[in-house]
Amino acid sequence: MSKNAQHWEKTRGLLFITLAIWAVFSMGIFLFGAQMNEVTGPFGYPLTYWFTCQGSLAIFVILIFWFSNRQEKIDEEFGFSEKGDD
Amino acid sequence: MIKGNFIDNLPKIYGIYTGGFIAFIIIMAIGENLGMTKDAIGICFVGFTIFIYAAIGWLSRTAQASNYYVAGRQVPTVFNGMATAADWMSGASFVAMAGGIYFKGYGYMALLVGWTGGYVLVATLLAPYLRKFGCYTVPDFIGTRYGGNGARLMAVIVLTVASFTYVTAQITATGRIASVALNLEFELAVYVGLASILLCSMLGGMRGVTWTQVAQYIVLIIAYLLPVFWISNNIGAGFFPHFMLADEVARIGELEQMAGLGTDAYKNSAADMAALPEWKKLAGITKAHSEVNASPWQFISLALAMMMGTASLPHVMMRYFTTPSVKAARKSVGWSVFFIFLLYSSAPMLATLSKLALIDPELSTGIIGKSIAEVQALDWYQNWNQAKLMVVQDMGQKDGILQLNELFMNGDAVVLATPEIAGLPYVISGLVAAGGLAAAMSTADGLILAIANAISHDVYYKMIDPKAETAKRLIVARVLLVVFGVAGATIAALQLTGILGAVIWAFDFAMSGLFWPLVLGVWWKRANKEGAIAGMLLGLLSGTAYLVYMESGGTAILGLTSATFGILGSTVSLIAMVVVSLATSAPNSATQKMVDDCRVPSGASVISGQK
Repeated sequence: MSKNAQHWEKTRGLLFITLAIWAVFSMGIFLFGAQMNEVTGPFGYPLTYWFTCQGSLAIFVILIFWFSNRQEKIDEEFGFSEKGDD
Repeated sequence: MIKGNFIDNLPKIYGIYTGGFIAFIIIMAIGENLGMTKDAIGICFVGFTIFIYAAIGWLSRTAQASNYYVAGRQVPTVFNGMATAADWMSGASFVAMAGGIYFKGYGYMALLVGWTGGYVLVATLLAPYLRKFGCYTVPDFIGTRYGGNGARLMAVIVLTVASFTYVTAQITATGRIASVALNLEFELAVYVGLASILLCSMLGGMRGVTWTQVAQYIVLIIAYLLPVFWISNNIGAGFFPHFMLADEVARIGELEQMAGLGTDAYKNSAADMAALPEWKKLAGITKAHSEVNASPWQFISLALAMMMGTASLPHVMMRYFTTPSVKAARKSVGWSVFFIFLLYSSAPMLATLSKLALIDPELSTGIIGKSIAEVQALDWYQNWNQAKLMVVQDMGQKDGILQLNELFMNGDAVVLATPEIAGLPYVISGLVAAGGLAAAMSTADGLILAIANAISHDVYYKMIDPKAETAKRLIVARVLLVVFGVAGATIAALQLTGILGAVIWAFDFAMSGLFWPLVLGVWWKRANKEGAIAGMLLGLLSGTAYLVYMESGGTAILGLTSATFGILGSTVSLIAMVVVSLATSAPNSATQKMVDDCRVPSGASVISGQK
């Protein structure tokens, strides 16, 4: 397999993992919104309520930074990374 | 004072700017104590901030195409994040979001999840690849990837429909705030607002808009967070509301139960409701504050529509064309959501504080349980009643005591009136006006620029006159900016906002036409021109047809409403694109090579290798 094809395969793998986490916290958990809200979540808020106003939002922020670091590692591995600028 | 390169000095420049703005707030507070009138404070806040934005617009003037279209591709990640956040958060986010949460609760909070979760799609599926492509506009990507003027033109049409739906609402918001703060007629204030919007973008294009948006983000986030923290402390709810309002949320639930929310006795009779004044968007508390009040599909379909719409809106996507590299584009998406998160996570807190301050009889600000005559005599009640944003009315048994179901507000009052209700000085209300104005202006700038750039670059330069010189292209771009601005303002002045104010529709239009052609353009090499045109055309048409059907009183199919019609449009778009692509020949090897190139983050942009 060529270098580009290997790079793309790893990139696609990372995409699927990221989108799976995204789907869980943007849609999946809200399938059980009513049941989950009976549980007390962080800081004492009802759990579903907490996810809608803080939890899912914060997870997206962390997820994107995590994703861009992982992608950066993949790019470096194949020598596709750019230097210097941030 | 500032030595060396502008970009290197950015933290220092915006640090000084932030300090200056805080000093200005303090001066205004001192002024208020010395007897400055409310009108004067309002004028100072609005005038001072508009002056700063205009100055930045003037300093960013440029005669170079790459500066005008993509800010010279040198905007650092954190600053691009701030600019995107300002670009993103509209007047509606700033003024109406907390109110929406206040009245609709859980069902509305799907928007918070959707409007942040969409950036995961932006970061993973699109932004880095479109940045590598090196295009100036979103239709530029479609036109180059699929080839031919047909695809390019179709993309311009979808972009214009979506962005224009959105921009009218922003100009209306700018005009409304300017008319209150500067004491002008609304029809005139709309044009004052437009003039300030154009001052930021006309001379410097994307460069001017970038640096004013950063300045506007700083104003709007201070204007949103300061009152939230202050109110929380004033009513004794905790010094850091985000972590400390669990008791308050529970207390609201208790009070709702005591008032019998959800029971038949709580419902007002139709005759009583008819006696209310016919003001816009007046609503009472009918939904529980923290309970799950929507079906899973209602919540998920709205969140999904907003997420796919986010990834298709060109004025957001083009912000990531301005970063120095592909890597920076990815990271910059993370910063964007972080800066958006700061405001969005505060909106539910503001809604909670606002509601508790009004309805808890144990708080000095609470009005429920007092006599109606007493409430009507309150200063702040009279102000907001005059502004047609709030009314209390005896209903049912008419016992003269205010019950929970007898308090009616316009959602905007949550952001606008709560500072005054909680006893904050007027200077905060001036600050909130400046923040709302910043939010509306920054979004309007991004949108008008997206439309004008697409038409000047993709229609005029790429299709009509490919030999045009830079100077001529930039004149065309600026003329179009004014034309679309004036068109937007004219429609805004007609006050058709009931129809055109629907910001959510812009997301649905964008995802109906653009989501799959953009995503498959990167992720499916086999996608071709015929498929893309079919996808954009049929997606937009079917989405629009469903919207018309719903708005003319149709029954919802599969639970899709006029807020989520994009799910239907984009599904049709996907099917059409796949079927037509497979039925026609594969794209040529040059195009396939282009897709391969855009998947590799390093090296020169794809477009530069094309010519």
